[in-house]
Amino acid sequence: MTTAVDTVRDTPFAVGGRTFHSRLMVGTGKYRDNETMARAIEASGAEVVTVAVRRVDLDRSKDTGILHHLDPNRFFLLANTAGCFTADDAVRYARLAREAGFNEFVKLEVIGDQETLLPDVQGLLDAARTLVKDGFKVLAYTNEDLVTALRLEEAGCAAVMPLASPIGSGLGLLNPYGVRTIKRRLTVPVVVDAGVGTASDACVTMEQGVDGILMNTALAAARDPVGMAHAMRLAVEAGRTAYLAGRMPKREVAVPSSPLEGMLD
Amino acid sequence: MNDSIDVMVNGESRTVTRGVTLLELLRALELDPRAVVVEHNRAIVRRPRLGDVTVAAGDAIELVHFVGGG
Repeated sequence: MTTAVDTVRDTPFAVGGRTFHSRLMVGTGKYRDNETMARAIEASGAEVVTVAVRRVDLDRSKDTGILHHLDPNRFFLLANTAGCFTADDAVRYARLAREAGFNEFVKLEVIGDQETLLPDVQGLLDAARTLVKDGFKVLAYTNEDLVTALRLEEAGCAAVMPLASPIGSGLGLLNPYGVRTIKRRLTVPVVVDAGVGTASDACVTMEQGVDGILMNTALAAARDPVGMAHAMRLAVEAGRTAYLAGRMPKREVAVPSSPLEGMLD
Repeated sequence: MNDSIDVMVNGESRTVTRGVTLLELLRALELDPRAVVVEHNRAIVRRPRLGDVTVAAGDAIELVHFVGGG
């Protein structure tokens, strides 16, 4: 992070042995067009960019490949296992993604419920163990349950990614205590993934002390994705800096900011 | 003996020449082998081996790449 204030010094943001300059990671889904996506990613300042693994469209009716629009030498491509409902499927998708040849990182999702897209934590743990054994750097999308987060860390995950709220919901950080507790108890990086809706959500999330945020829909579904990406960049930096600076204690009663002395008779 | 066989490519039945390799199949589909990952009967086939593996009737081939996603 760049800051003009030299008393606020941050540590580097490192995941799985890689150091990143931005604590904001962004997805590439659901943009109205690829040009808007590319400009929004640029404005976000993100270095880590998520992608999904899907079948090639054989009849070429649509150009779905993302790499025509995203320079893999400039961005760190983080493949996800979105859409997988079993550990076996997630492992299969992760291996296909690795074979694309960019890196051995995977954002592991094992979904347990269609409506809420909440994770199947048993499947998640099974897949995480298999993939870690297979040499992957696993960033595990999970809920804000501490015990699951601890088990994912024990399984060897490179990062744990608790949700702010359900994927694509934009409901913001619903359980600050849960996320804060995970951050306090884990040694590996904690990156909040999913649910952030606007800049204040991102700022409040970073103020919990987490290491980073991953978001997609908040940018893609904004009226102006490029403007929102810029706002998110500032919000993540603001929230991080505020966390490092340390907020004042909350009080139930007012405390005057101006001197009580020197008042006129 | 018939010179063509049916295989499943990305979930759709396709008729291909008997003895065709995965690399030849990609060429026939006008796909750049560097831009796709190939799974043959659930096993990943690495790029250098695509020219060595021939497809048989009923084989299931998946050709995947990266798309936009969160």
